[in-house]
Amino acid sequence: MSETILKSDAIHTFIGQHHILQGVSFEAKADAVTVLIGRNGAGKSTTLKTIMGLLPASDGKILFKGQEIQSRKPYDIARLGIGFVPEHMGIFADLTVEENMQVAMLREDAATTERLERILSMFTALKDFWRAKAGILSGGQKQMLAIARAIVNDTALLLIDEPTKGLAPIIINALIDAINQIKQHSVVVLVEQNFYMASSVGDHFYILDDGKVVHSGAMEDLVQNQELQSKYLGISKADG
Amino acid sequence: MVQTTLKPWGLKLAIGGAIVLYLLPLLGMDLKTYLTLTIAGLAMGMMLFLVASGLSLIFGLMDVINFAHGVCFAWGAYVAFSTFRALNKWVTADSVFYNFLIFFIAIAAAIVVVGLIGVIIERFLVRRVYGSHLFQILITFGGMVVLTEFIRILWGPNDEVMPVPRTFRGNWDIFDIIVLRYPIISIVIGLLVYGALQLVLKKTKVGKIVRAGVEDPDMVQAMGHNIFLFFTVVFAAGAGLAAVGGLAMAIFNVQVYPDMGDAYLIFAFIVVIIGGLGSITGSLVGALIVGLSYNYVAYLLPPLAVGVNILIMVIILLIRPTGLFPAGK
Repeated sequence: MSETILKSDAIHTFIGQHHILQGVSFEAKADAVTVLIGRNGAGKSTTLKTIMGLLPASDGKILFKGQEIQSRKPYDIARLGIGFVPEHMGIFADLTVEENMQVAMLREDAATTERLERILSMFTALKDFWRAKAGILSGGQKQMLAIARAIVNDTALLLIDEPTKGLAPIIINALIDAINQIKQHSVVVLVEQNFYMASSVGDHFYILDDGKVVHSGAMEDLVQNQELQSKYLGISKADG
Repeated sequence: MVQTTLKPWGLKLAIGGAIVLYLLPLLGMDLKTYLTLTIAGLAMGMMLFLVASGLSLIFGLMDVINFAHGVCFAWGAYVAFSTFRALNKWVTADSVFYNFLIFFIAIAAAIVVVGLIGVIIERFLVRRVYGSHLFQILITFGGMVVLTEFIRILWGPNDEVMPVPRTFRGNWDIFDIIVLRYPIISIVIGLLVYGALQLVLKKTKVGKIVRAGVEDPDMVQAMGHNIFLFFTVVFAAGAGLAAVGGLAMAIFNVQVYPDMGDAYLIFAFIVVIIGGLGSITGSLVGALIVGLSYNYVAYLLPPLAVGVNILIMVIILLIRPTGLFPAGK
């Protein structure tokens, strides 16, 4: 059985007065892509931000490789080997693509250089715009840059928040290929509303609703379960 | 979405328009007076740039409205004042070497002392109120009052005459145009500081992280960088820059007084708003606009000297609400 890399154990998170996460529990196992799905406002992005330490968990535990991380600062969490791609991508528009990568690189050793070369062979567009300001990149290229920054270090766990938002289908297919390559090196937790993307890369799923996990299982089971798709994801048979 | 970059034709139009605008005062004065005022305006602009660049970085990176920035300017002037007094023989020496040596010692002393004050302000006042502009204004205003009172306790409440190194006094006669020495020296120093800041921000890893932090501090943290450490460093550097500005302005005006930071804080805010938050180039351009406008209008229509800068700020805000060179926030 695969090792559990990340375990979220009944985490609660408030944003202001709003109780957003109400005891979210899930696990991400090695050699797999775990997908968090659910409607808007279900708490998916908040879950990733809480794991990353960008929002404080008021209760519960988050374990990364068996180590509690829920009280750590975001920069400590990142240095443990967790990469994060936020929903808004977090590109530094005034910096060049090269500078964006340099800011992301925590070390500049041979292993990092090798990873960078592998990343640039995967996302060739970044090479073409290497000296250009990141602000001029297209949506798909920005997403590639955001992912590239998150995996340039020795990333054991990659958290990606809705990478397909606003992207054309052809770019989504390129992202699917990229995530399938990334999962050879890192465990991936993906927040996604696009069911095509989620089902193409996901191994396990967790459905969030109103700040709680309401269903979980193997992705192939969800693909077969029209009722669950319709109830929580708003996908009808006609859509499928 | 707010446009943050000028189109090439817009940039050319803006530069052309600015040149024409800044030649207009020639209609009301002779060439020699115009050149003298231009040099004075550029010098004032460079000194304002020193104050405003720190304020802009603190504002841009940390989203902190720092009303204590003006008092850092005053502290810089007073530290230099004491340094000059302590080593007065080098100030009055008939030696370019010793005059510049004492000048650079005073700059170093001002940066160290005021940089430490900056660290204290950030760690013990500002860190408690990140995210709340109202509390930042209140707490930094309180800090300004306390630090101004400390100046009165340590140096007395009265105006003092600032010693000026001998080489910096007097003037040069260039093609029959009398050029004061110190404004030229301060323009050169301003340009050197601008160059050094650009070098640090564009060529070093720390600089790149700071620029990234101006755009998205949360993302910088999520990449493994302790943004609070950078906040402290930037706050101290900003305070240090204000100190150099205060020192330069005190020599220019041959005077130090406890409230001297207040007037220049207003100018610094105008510069930052004109130039755009978090942009060093914006601070330089904004400071030169303010310095030149102030000097031309002070000669032609003295009562409108400060008002013209507020008018320029309003016009720029109406056209580009993010300022001339905003960092890509």
